[in-house]
Amino acid sequence: MKLYEYQGREVFEKIGVPSPKGVVVSSLEELEKVKDKLSYPLVIKAQVLVGGRGKAGGIQFADNWEEAKAKTKQVLGMNIKGLTVEKVFLVEKLDFAKEYYCSVLLDRSTRTPLILFSTEGGVEIEAVPDEHIRRVHVHPFTGFQPYHSRALFGGLNLPKEIQSQVESIIAKLVDGFHKMDAELLEINPMAVTPQGKVLAADAKVILDEDAAFRHPEFEEPKEEKTPLEQEANEKGIAFIQLEGDIGIIANGAGLTMATLDAIKFYGGEPGIFLDLGGTDNPEKVRECVLLMKKANPKVMMLNLFGGITKSDTVAKGLKMVLDSEKIDFPIVTRIKGVNEEEARAILKEAGLYTSNTLQEAAELTVKVRNAVADKKPLPKVGGA
Amino acid sequence: MTGFPINENTKLIVQGITGHQGQFHTKQMLAFGTKVVGGVTPGKAGEKVEGVPVFNSCFDAVRETGANASVIYVPAKFTKDAVLEAVDAGIKDIVIITEHVPFHDAMDFVWYARMKGARVLGPNCPGMCNPITKTKIGILPNKIFSPGNVGIASRSGTLTYEIVNALTERGVGQSGVLGLGGDPVNGTNFIDALKIFNADPKTEAIILVGEIGGSAEEEAAAYVKAHVKKPVFAYIAGRAAPEGKRMGHAGAIVSRGMGTAASKMAAFKDAGAEVANFPTDIADAVVKRLRK
Repeated sequence: MKLYEYQGREVFEKIGVPSPKGVVVSSLEELEKVKDKLSYPLVIKAQVLVGGRGKAGGIQFADNWEEAKAKTKQVLGMNIKGLTVEKVFLVEKLDFAKEYYCSVLLDRSTRTPLILFSTEGGVEIEAVPDEHIRRVHVHPFTGFQPYHSRALFGGLNLPKEIQSQVESIIAKLVDGFHKMDAELLEINPMAVTPQGKVLAADAKVILDEDAAFRHPEFEEPKEEKTPLEQEANEKGIAFIQLEGDIGIIANGAGLTMATLDAIKFYGGEPGIFLDLGGTDNPEKVRECVLLMKKANPKVMMLNLFGGITKSDTVAKGLKMVLDSEKIDFPIVTRIKGVNEEEARAILKEAGLYTSNTLQEAAELTVKVRNAVADKKPLPKVGGA
Repeated sequence: MTGFPINENTKLIVQGITGHQGQFHTKQMLAFGTKVVGGVTPGKAGEKVEGVPVFNSCFDAVRETGANASVIYVPAKFTKDAVLEAVDAGIKDIVIITEHVPFHDAMDFVWYARMKGARVLGPNCPGMCNPITKTKIGILPNKIFSPGNVGIASRSGTLTYEIVNALTERGVGQSGVLGLGGDPVNGTNFIDALKIFNADPKTEAIILVGEIGGSAEEEAAAYVKAHVKKPVFAYIAGRAAPEGKRMGHAGAIVSRGMGTAASKMAAFKDAGAEVANFPTDIADAVVKRLRK
C-alpha cells in the first residue's frame, strides 16, 4: 500500500522523524481555514502517486498568501499522467546545504531489514553508483545498534553534529519499519539546512497491505487500484487490469501468470489477470465471470487445473452463469486434472472452445481475439 | 541428515483442525497415508476430527502424541502466535498454509524457528509431499503423485500440480515436492530446497518453478552453478507481467526493474539448467533427460 506524501509525513510524525511543517488541503475553502498556519516561502506539492510531478507542473512555490492561493488553485484538479490532483500539500520550503539519501526496506534474500544510506541524495537512488551507497542489514531481533552506525558512516567524515542527527533518524526509521509494518520508508532527499539541521524533505512510505488491520488509520490511496480492481478486492478476488484485451481466468497465481505468458508468446495482449484461487464454489465462479464481463474483453480464456478444486464443478458453475447472464465474448477453455473429461463435456455442450493443452488454448485464444477485432468469422467450435 | 524432510517417521499435528480447511485436509492427508496424530484448537480439547484427538495447545499435543511436525490452517492474524507456540512445544517441521500473513510476522517466526532448530515451510504455501513414503502435509491434491526420482521446489501451488501431474502421466515419479509459497519472506527458499535434493540419494533430477519478484532464483542459479551436479530444470512464471503490479502473490512483483523473469531465466541458463517455455514442457524435458 503506497501512501501519498502527506500520509507518509503522518507516519514520520508518528515515529518521530523530523520533517518540515505542512498542511494538506483539497479545496480553496480548506486553504482559507489554515491560512494562519502557513509560513513562507513554501512549496505546493500535488499529491499523486506517479513520478515526474515536478516536470508536469505539480510542484509550485509561493512567497506570500496571494501566491499560495493562486498556485493551489492552479495545481488542484490538474491532470498528471492521467491522474487528477485532488489534494495538495503545502510545506515550508527548506534551504539545502546538503542532500542525503536514506531508506529502510526488506531484503528478501537475508529475510531482514536493510538500511541504505548515501551522501548523494536528491536524485533517483538507481542513478547513484553502487560504491557510493552504504548498505547495512539489521536483524529484526537486535534493532539498530552503534556498530550498525559505525558501518554506515565509517570513513564518510560527516560533521559530528550532523552524523548524530542522521543516526537518530535512522534508528527511528528502523524501529518504525517494524512498528508500522512498512515495506519501505524512504527519505529522499534528507536535507541538511545551512543552520545544520537534518530533516526529511520528502516521505515515501509503503505499508504492508496484509498488516492493514493493525493500522486502520491509513486509508489506501484510491489511485492504487482501478474501480474494477477495487470491486474485486472487496470480494477477495485477485484481479488485475492490464493493457490488452484478452481476459484470463485461471486457478492459482502462478498458473494465471503462466497463462498470461502463453498468450503473450502467441502474440496476444493480456487485459485481465483473474485468479480464481482454490475454489470450485459456483457462486465465486459466477462473481469472477461477472467481473470479467464488466471488464469487457474481446475473448476470455479459462485455464484450470483441477486438484482439490474439482474441474467439473467449475465447469457447471461456468455453464450456469452463461445460461443466466448475457455473456457476449467468446470463451476458450483448457481443463486439466481431477474430472477433466466431465468438465470438458459440459463446456463443449455449452458451446465453448475446449483445448487439451495450454499451448493449443493460448494459440486459439489469440486467433479468436484477432477474428473478433477484425470482425471476421470466428474459428469453428469443436476443439480437440 | 540426508533425505526429504518428511517420511514414515513424521507424526503430524494440525493447528486449526476444527476449522473447515483443517477438517477437510486432515481427511485428505489421512487418506494419502500421513500419520496425523493430533490436532490443536484452543478450547476444544477432547473432541475428535476424523478420529484424530483434539488438544488445547501444541504442548499438550506433543506430550500426548510425540508429534514432530505441524501444519497451520489458522487465520493470518493468529499465525505468528501459532508458529511460535509450535516451535516452543518442540516441533521441528512447521508448514504454514495461511495466506496474507504480514511479512513482519513471518520475519519474526522464521528467525525464531531457525534459532530453535526448526524448519518452516511457507507461509502461503501448498505444503510438501514425499510420494515414496506416502507422506503429505498441506493441501496438495492426493491423486497427482507417484513415487520416483525427481525433486521439485516451487513458489506456485497450481503450477506444481500441473508439472507433477504431467510427470506422473509420462511415467516419471517424484522423490519429493516442496511448495515454498508465494510470499516475500518464506521459511524455506530455493537454496534450502537445493541443499535437500542435492544431498538426497533418491533424487536424480531437480525442477525449480520460480516467478517474478525478489532474487531467490538468481541466488539459486548461483548455487546450482557452484554445487549441484544433478540435472536442474527451471520454469519462471511472469514474463508478461508489467512493472509495479503484484501478480496475485504478495512476492510476485517487479519493482525498480528488479526481479524480472528475463533475469531469472538468464541466470538459470548461465548455470547450465534447462529452462522451459511452458510448464508442461518441463516434464517432457525431464523425461527426455532421464531416459537417455
